Amino acid sequence: MLDTLMLSRIQFATNISFHILFPTITIALCWILFFFKLRFDLTGNPVWMRAYRFWVKIFALTFALGVVSGITMSFQFGTNWPGYMEKVGNIAGPLLGYEVLTAFFLEATFLGIMLFGIKRVPSRVHTFSALVVAIGTTLSAFWILALNSWMQTPAGYEIRDGVVHATNWLQVIFNPSFPYRLVHMLLASGLTAAFFVAGLSAYRILKGDEKQAPRLALKTGLILAAVLAPLQAFVGDLHGLNTFEHQPQKIAAMEGVWETEQGAPLLLFAIPDEETRSNHLAVGIPKLASLILTHHSDGEIRGLNTFEGDHPPVKPLFFGFRIMVGMGLLMMAIAWVGCYLLRKPQVPRTFLKVLVAMTFSGWVATLAGWYVTEVGRQPWLVTGILTTADAVTPVAPANVGLSLTLYLIVYVILMWAYIHTLKRMALKSVYVEEFETNEPAPDGSLTNLPESKIAGGTR
Amino acid sequence: MNSLSAISSSGDWLPVVFIGLMGLAVLAYAILDGYDLGVGILLPMGEQDEWQRDTMIASIGPFWDANETWLVLAIGLLLIAFPAAHSLILMHLYIPVAIMLIGLIMRGVAFDFRAKAAVDHKLAWDRTFKIGSLVTTLTQGYMLGQYVMGFDQSLPALLFCGISALGVTAAYSYIGAAWLVLKTESSLQTRAVRWTRAAGRASLVGVVAVCLINPLVNPGVFDRWFTFPLVMFVLLIPTLCFLGFVANDILLRRLPKEADRHCGVPFAIVVGIFTLCFSGLGFSFFPDIVPGQLSIWEAASARESLQFILVGAVVVVPMILMYTAFSYRVFRGKATDLHYH
Repeated sequence: MLDTLMLSRIQFATNISFHILFPTITIALCWILFFFKLRFDLTGNPVWMRAYRFWVKIFALTFALGVVSGITMSFQFGTNWPGYMEKVGNIAGPLLGYEVLTAFFLEATFLGIMLFGIKRVPSRVHTFSALVVAIGTTLSAFWILALNSWMQTPAGYEIRDGVVHATNWLQVIFNPSFPYRLVHMLLASGLTAAFFVAGLSAYRILKGDEKQAPRLALKTGLILAAVLAPLQAFVGDLHGLNTFEHQPQKIAAMEGVWETEQGAPLLLFAIPDEETRSNHLAVGIPKLASLILTHHSDGEIRGLNTFEGDHPPVKPLFFGFRIMVGMGLLMMAIAWVGCYLLRKPQVPRTFLKVLVAMTFSGWVATLAGWYVTEVGRQPWLVTGILTTADAVTPVAPANVGLSLTLYLIVYVILMWAYIHTLKRMALKSVYVEEFETNEPAPDGSLTNLPESKIAGGTR
Repeated sequence: MNSLSAISSSGDWLPVVFIGLMGLAVLAYAILDGYDLGVGILLPMGEQDEWQRDTMIASIGPFWDANETWLVLAIGLLLIAFPAAHSLILMHLYIPVAIMLIGLIMRGVAFDFRAKAAVDHKLAWDRTFKIGSLVTTLTQGYMLGQYVMGFDQSLPALLFCGISALGVTAAYSYIGAAWLVLKTESSLQTRAVRWTRAAGRASLVGVVAVCLINPLVNPGVFDRWFTFPLVMFVLLIPTLCFLGFVANDILLRRLPKEADRHCGVPFAIVVGIFTLCFSGLGFSFFPDIVPGQLSIWEAASARESLQFILVGAVVVVPMILMYTAFSYRVFRGKATDLHYH
């Protein structure tokens, strides 16, 4: 029978996993939208506006799902993890507070103007609103990742009367793992949004959309992905080195290093076994893990044996890490091939199908990465300060079971509705909306329909 | 007054500032999300009502997201400033909170899905919007009742929570309907005037019920309110509140007027009533953050944390108020069809 601790962990994982899917798209998608709108303002080319108009609807839907699933998160701490706030509330509270104050109101208010205000404010003010929403979503990531990183690598605090107090807020915010985790996550968002945009645009083209806008969006997505993917590999490596320094037990589990080893191989595949504390069917490249992590082929990697009883479960980290890296490499390869194919007059249909299949590839990589880093913190909730077991609520398991069941049902329905609606919106844009197969004149009508000159603004 | 002496004796004014900020956030939430929840509750579901539903939802479209953020701020401030109270309250209200969140999720997404789903699904999402709004207001009212009753689960207490659930729902419908009087025209506005009157009367019954029961079951509250000579002064609150209800009812009988004069007055009056009721509630319990169990000083978090967030709040809250005002200015006037661009 599952106890309150396990149910609460599953519920938190469910809520945060469902939630993170949407911000991962919207953080970067908003910058892409700002780019579209800015290009329209600068060039007057209406194709940019059409691309903006399609994607802003997708953005609104995705953002709404992020907002509502995020409200759930703000209640989770109190309902399921009261020990967390009692112990580290002095740190977590202000960081969450700053997120609400500086990010949530900003993005929510200007989102209203961005979505519905184009007829009511000048175009530049509208573009500015899109910029503010993009800044808001990024600020939100800044604060929440500051808190998450602090839980991984706490700094700038002291413990008085059993409760954590802040001594230096700059050290709290810019704790050792924060810069790496923030950049890693923002790039992950960029890649996720890039493949999302490319995938949905490829779907439109496959369904017979002759218009320019999806091709433009496809190009934007592919180029963005091709640039960000190698950057992400680089930053990911730095993040790994940082983790190696501050949370070596996490790295040991990720690499499946059971005994301290010099010249450790990079395992491409293995099945870690917690019972025998060894790997089965290991296939690896000799010395590569040591080379990557210590920059010496004979460098030492501390094994799990030095952390016995105080290290995370190995299997989820070992496999999660390989899923993330594998997906990242696949994304990089596809983005580069795509950029090469863009030079042709028509992108081949087979490649478009590949892109459709990759629409949500960023979700897979992001979730896998988060599972590695969050499970990798166990058994601690806040490294060295508070264990997960000590923070859990005394509420009865039946209550947690009930709320978890309710959330699961709602999330399954919402995910189905979300994907279904994305498909519908893409199909609708193929058949309805404006028809423009030729490159429109810069000062021409927006829709090739009467009464829609640019001068009139806006439809 | 003992609460004032408590302030001076403890010498710690930060928790007082934060309870003030939190009060502001809760009141802003009740008014702002109140009207959009109310609009959701009032959504007419007939087949011929589709254009009215579209207009009603258009009237809250640019605002609902920011409105809901006040809830996040309120719960965030509770968490930041009074972590002990946060844990205590949310543990007691575990299941109603979960249900309320599901209500909020359903209405939040229905809002977007209805505009984008296939035509044959639109009605289903409208129903989801209405039901989600109703679930949210009922659970909020229930939780308010539980909070006032000190989380008592006995039958009379639950009965009170039931009254409170209906009362809060009526109050949200009241402010939602008044919002529609302000933001809509023609037959929908006429309908909204009718809704406002009905919801106003229902709210009055709810407020009177809560006002009578609360002091009777909470001796502390009774003493607070009915201590001479303070009683002469504080009784202004219920008196003004009652006058507000009556004046609004009389005004609504004459609406809509020519050239749409006074269409914003009912909303302004309801905002006044909300503010008065809220001050009454605050007056009943201050300085307790959990009535009879925990005062704001006992629950407050560390000084350096409160100072750190206060600096931010002093800078940022005025900015929030300013751009919120800007947004309401941009979308002033009657609601028109929503177009995403």
